[in-house]
Amino acid sequence: MSKERIKISPDLYDIMPSDYQDLVQSATYGKEDRGWKDIGTSKELIEQHSLCAGCPESMAFRYILASLPNPEDTVMVGSTGCTSLVFPMVAVHNIHSLFGNQNAIASGLKRALSVRFPDRVKDVVVLAGDGATVDIGLDMTLQAWFRQEKFTTICFDNELYANTGGQESGLMQKGFVAKMAPVGKLFDKVRLPEIARESGCHYVVNCTVSKPSLVEKVIRNSVLIAREIGPTYIQLYTPCILEIGKNSMEGLQEMRDSEKPTERFAYKEYVSEPAKQFLAELAAKDKERKAAAKQLAGKA
Amino acid sequence: MAETKSHIGTQNKKGQTYTDAWKMMHEAPRTPSFYTGSEVIKEALRRASCDVMIAYPITPQSEAAALIGELFAEGYIGDYFRGESEFAVMSQCAGAAFGGARVFTTTAGPGTMRAMENFPMWAGARLPIQMIVTCRGINSPLSIQPDTIEISYLLNTGMLVWHAETAQDFFDWILKGFMVSEEPEVHLPLALCCDGFFVTHTKDVVNLTPAEMCLPPYDPYRSPVPCMDMECPPVRMMRDPFIMKSNYISYATHASWQQEIWAAVERSRKHTIKWINGLVDTENTDAEVVIVASGTAVSQGREAIRLLEDEGVRCGLVKVKSLRPWPGEEIREATKNAKHIFVPEFNVTGWLAKEIKATIPNSDRVHAGPHVCGGMTMPPEIIASEIKTALGLRSESLAGRGS
Repeated sequence: MSKERIKISPDLYDIMPSDYQDLVQSATYGKEDRGWKDIGTSKELIEQHSLCAGCPESMAFRYILASLPNPEDTVMVGSTGCTSLVFPMVAVHNIHSLFGNQNAIASGLKRALSVRFPDRVKDVVVLAGDGATVDIGLDMTLQAWFRQEKFTTICFDNELYANTGGQESGLMQKGFVAKMAPVGKLFDKVRLPEIARESGCHYVVNCTVSKPSLVEKVIRNSVLIAREIGPTYIQLYTPCILEIGKNSMEGLQEMRDSEKPTERFAYKEYVSEPAKQFLAELAAKDKERKAAAKQLAGKA
Repeated sequence: MAETKSHIGTQNKKGQTYTDAWKMMHEAPRTPSFYTGSEVIKEALRRASCDVMIAYPITPQSEAAALIGELFAEGYIGDYFRGESEFAVMSQCAGAAFGGARVFTTTAGPGTMRAMENFPMWAGARLPIQMIVTCRGINSPLSIQPDTIEISYLLNTGMLVWHAETAQDFFDWILKGFMVSEEPEVHLPLALCCDGFFVTHTKDVVNLTPAEMCLPPYDPYRSPVPCMDMECPPVRMMRDPFIMKSNYISYATHASWQQEIWAAVERSRKHTIKWINGLVDTENTDAEVVIVASGTAVSQGREAIRLLEDEGVRCGLVKVKSLRPWPGEEIREATKNAKHIFVPEFNVTGWLAKEIKATIPNSDRVHAGPHVCGGMTMPPEIIASEIKTALGLRSESLAGRGS
């Protein structure tokens, strides 16, 4: 989709909702170096949300949408949970169908878009919670990776089923007492990043969303690698402050505490050899582009 | 919105000519060919301009699903792969259909049941996917034999449901099914059912349309809901998602959407009648005894009628072709003279008889049966015997047959 497509007929301009007018005037569709710094100066691709006050998931959503390299040709796939409260207000096409089938939906979607638009880039990005990714949808998560489907899977890991009221999930820490884990969870947090690597993902990152610049880099890499090479997996800690007994303003600190070197969300990254080569080529091109721009500016 | 243009008269990459579907199905010359039902599915797909087919092995549809893989290898299908389970496959089909592709798949028995959560989602999302259901047993102990019980589970999903009797029905209805399903005012998935093995694994003469002709491609921009390809402006769908709301507006929104799905099923009626020449076929419905059946029970009923004619009992026949939309008016009309209505079925519960009883006046005229299930065949003799018994005529015992 080009930016032309979202233009409003002058006759209808004044009756269009103001959020749509803003989208036409100042969204970052087509902006090559778009990123988290656009937040506050341009129209975001998320229009409000109905998540709890201070929910780290809302921060993650905003950073991710600001960082997609190609939102004008990106389709997102969600699942049931807190994310499905946000997607209706996101200005990229997105699909909710069932709980846990997001990687199956994305597999069919990516293939259909490849058949229909063989000469164009159409990115597919899955964004779902840990219950959808690791529990009910695990087979479809893994099978999409085995098949080397070319899309990104992002898991919002809040270590429980938040939307249904805080039940045990596979990504919950061992020993945590929760609904359906009345004496504490009896087994370890599932090591999905490692499983992702072994399942054929070319880029795997485990981190929190405390640093927007880091989220931007990770999301951009993951989408570009998925587009060119193969599946990528990003696991982001987005704590459910409500269910772990924190206040609205404590989400950021919770993430900072959990990303310390010995903690479970210390930054971990795996990059396959083809992906390393691809990223190196990207960096070289980027350097070249910046040098050319500098030279041009010098001449002027 | 992306442009919509006619492809009629142009060629695809295999050199087939996109042909007006009505002309292709009704005016083009036909070639008689001797094929199994599975091979017929392949031949229909060769002419269907299908973008994506997703396969999974389960008896008795595995052969058809694999044969379509050969079509993909030959370049007739845009993309094809084996999914990991029927639940996943039906979700993958949904993803492809959300992305604007013409999508086809096949399943059977336990596969249909495993995938069930997807079907109301397909209908609710207005995805015109076509799914072949080669019916088989779903019960425990494990059975792979023919049994039509799974159709009853599909009837309230919001899908269109047709029940083919023969391989010829199959060939024609696969192609015509896309035309009905993809009508903008319908735009619903179609479950095209047949009785496994009886249709899939037997050979029959089928009149095929020319292989050089194919259906016009699917145009996703005629869909009543936006295609998820970022080729039209994304809109904020709602301020607060209804899923989280317990208020009247939320209920009313969901209620009206469900009503719209069933209104779309209703609107498919005129298109179904046009394309498959009526929701039912009838013969001799002025008779006092009428058999109403669907699938291969129709063939067995036809044979039973021939046996009964030899004995002087005149009997009419109603072949139910479409179950959704349901031919209520047609069945009322076709059975208005009948004093006895027999509904032979290949399942234990008699779901078709129940549907008919709920449709016609004086439903005590309906004899629900005979029923066979678990893979049993239904010899015409048992239908004839049941009819004669009900009419108070002498019927030879069938117990000693073959001895």
